[in-house]
Amino acid sequence: MKRLRRTMLFVPGNNPGMIQSASVLGADSVILDLEDAVSLSEKDSARKLVTKALRSWSFKTTEVTVRINPITTVYGPLDLEAMLEVQPDILLIPKAEVASIQEVEARISAYEAAKLGGEAVRTKLFALIESAAGVEHVHEILASSPRLVGVLFGGEDYTSDMGVARTMGGMEIEYARNKVAVACKVHGVDAVDTPFTDVDNHEGLLADARKAKAMGFTGKAAINPRQVGIIHKGFAPDPVEVRYALRVLEAMEEAEAEGKGVFSLDGKMVDAPIIQRARQMVALAEKLGMVKGSTASKDTKNANDSLEGGLV
Amino acid sequence: MHGIEFEIAPASGETRRQPLPEYIEGYGEVRAFEGAFANVGVGISDHRPRRSKSVRPGQTKLLATIEEALDRAGLRDGMTLSFHHHLRNGDHVLNLVMEAVARRGVRDLTLAVSSIFPVHEPLVALMDAGVVTGLATNYMSGPVAKAVSQGRLKKPAVMMTHGGRPRAIESGDLPVDIAFIAAPCSDPYGNCNGVRGKSACGALGYAVADAQYADVVVAITDHLVAYPASPAEITQTMVDYVVEVPSIGDPQGIVSGTTRITRDPVGLAIAHKAAQVIHASGLLEDGFSFQTGAGGTSLAVAAELKDMMKEAGIVGSFAAGGITGYLVDMLEEGLFNNLLDVQCFDLRAVESYRDNPRHLPMDASMYANPFSKGAVVNQLDVMILGATEIDLNFNVNVTTGSDGTIMGGSGGHSDTAAGAKLAMVVTQLVKARLPIVRRHVTTITTPGETVDVLVTDHGIAVNPARQDLIAALEASGLKVVTIGALLALAESMTGIPDEVTFSDDIVAVVEYRDGTVVDVVRRTK
Repeated sequence: MKRLRRTMLFVPGNNPGMIQSASVLGADSVILDLEDAVSLSEKDSARKLVTKALRSWSFKTTEVTVRINPITTVYGPLDLEAMLEVQPDILLIPKAEVASIQEVEARISAYEAAKLGGEAVRTKLFALIESAAGVEHVHEILASSPRLVGVLFGGEDYTSDMGVARTMGGMEIEYARNKVAVACKVHGVDAVDTPFTDVDNHEGLLADARKAKAMGFTGKAAINPRQVGIIHKGFAPDPVEVRYALRVLEAMEEAEAEGKGVFSLDGKMVDAPIIQRARQMVALAEKLGMVKGSTASKDTKNANDSLEGGLV
Repeated sequence: MHGIEFEIAPASGETRRQPLPEYIEGYGEVRAFEGAFANVGVGISDHRPRRSKSVRPGQTKLLATIEEALDRAGLRDGMTLSFHHHLRNGDHVLNLVMEAVARRGVRDLTLAVSSIFPVHEPLVALMDAGVVTGLATNYMSGPVAKAVSQGRLKKPAVMMTHGGRPRAIESGDLPVDIAFIAAPCSDPYGNCNGVRGKSACGALGYAVADAQYADVVVAITDHLVAYPASPAEITQTMVDYVVEVPSIGDPQGIVSGTTRITRDPVGLAIAHKAAQVIHASGLLEDGFSFQTGAGGTSLAVAAELKDMMKEAGIVGSFAAGGITGYLVDMLEEGLFNNLLDVQCFDLRAVESYRDNPRHLPMDASMYANPFSKGAVVNQLDVMILGATEIDLNFNVNVTTGSDGTIMGGSGGHSDTAAGAKLAMVVTQLVKARLPIVRRHVTTITTPGETVDVLVTDHGIAVNPARQDLIAALEASGLKVVTIGALLALAESMTGIPDEVTFSDDIVAVVEYRDGTVVDVVRRTK
């Protein structure tokens, strides 16, 4: 199973203390930011700091993403060049549109040809879609580089581009969110939702995270470490669903043992999509420590016993 | 990139930076620490006979001035005067008394102060002048601590613990001639409490042994009420004289208005991990007991516990120690049956201590005296502790900063570590560019044998003596690393700090709670 990206936590690229602590804050991915968090006078020092951190510092199991400046600015190409030297896990490309992703892709390919003898860098790309054009062309953007592994939707810049007000209800970003989530599913990449900017409103954040999950987002960006646990809670599988999935797999094993092709559970027929969904659910629950051991194995006698009370 | 790939093993044998001397000038013979409970046994808690003057009908205890009290108490050279620290950094009483004492021309006094704060700076001049030549305290910070570190006190200061101090006073190891009790409320016959008056501080737990065992006891109050004062935490049977003064303290410095949970994300991450360790230890069940300091990270652990207890429907038996509003909330929400309170840290705790019958008083001896017939610390399941430094054997320093200057002391650190089933140190691995895990700590305050687990932002290390705990944590899916691995990681972040160089002069003796010497502090070069 691929790595989880429930949370991508923004960390200012010019703050050594926070970079040093980035891996202990519980986020699945941290975004070391060279763009909006860094003032113009600090662009060079932040780039150097992040480069040095990636060379010498262990982020342990936390995925490291770097947000570079827009490739159309003077800083963007410098950031990109510096980052290719140290190859973080992910580069987050702001103001993503087809042209900017193509430009980044071309520059990376040129770097590989010139410096690595054609060998590929390990770094993947994330598109930060935060404009009307970006949203409308999300399929084309996703088709413009094979390195793309996900989209982060930026609701603040998007609404600014649309010239509409950002509200708690989020009606103004509903279309964009749906469009991005569906496009990402089509292209098999992660869809990460816009950050929730009211950092002290934990209940609002939880509701917003649950809404994003329901729309098909795989994760949500965080702008404060205190948001991480709440987002994880919002994206955690429902224990009731996990329990059902475990019972589906159990019933399936019994049916297989008895040589039955089709079987039913609680009076409902269980077919391939349900089994597939149950397998995914259990795999995720195992990864999150909600379920002990490999539940697909034969020794799972009681589905309820192996569920760890939803403690994530 | 590097990870925790190697570890640094502890050196065998001696863990102190230097061996202990056998004799210390101004202190006497050194009985070295032999183990947390090696000297706890039968026949060692004989109480000091007290020279007491009975009070007859018609006699008055109320005196007009501190000077008059000094006269009546028979102040002379070489005496030991005691003070408590419930007024913390707002205390006026020690300075008021010592101002009067200094005018007497007496010399060579020893002060037994449960804790010393920056507000006590005037003491430094008295140390320089030879008026005060000895000091026994459980904690000190600020100018006095700095002056002691510089060797400006004639005899080495004796650093005790909150449990060791009443043990020493009761047994006669620290005989007190005159005790001055800062009393937020008193009647003219010496019934005192801390819950009324403009300088209310709540519990008076640290003053009780002084009131019970000093030859002469003087209550000093700025809120004199008609007889009998109620409640009476220190009663008329212990008090010789009462003096009214305009102000015993500055309310701003006595208690903080609020105590807050940290907002620092790293502190919160450590607290979350600490709570997971407590959960995994199996101690979190009905009847659970808990103590924590008032620091932001410690309070964050309490917040995490609160959520876990609520979710699991667990009701704890008690929370103890210095009490904060946060623990009061937990009491009122029914998460603990009782609070045991030696000292109130904020106004909310003061109000609860006054009004809630389930919020109980606890004097220092009951709290932590190792020679008593059972201290409250012995009943603790979990204790959350801080550390300035911790070494590979889990010895903790909270006495000196990494530059060798005294900036604290045990307080209840050693006592609770010894008593609690799970003594947990929570700290960042690196603070202000200094590694907290060290090859050697600058000063041993709390012996490593009493510390069970270290929880840092970069990993959890368990004392190898607690294999059961390692197994329990691993069974819960928590990753445990060796403390040597944490040291290696810390040093990879900061480099290896240069050793502080010390002279041979001993400026303070660190006594364990049983009165043995666990370490000494030397003057820095």
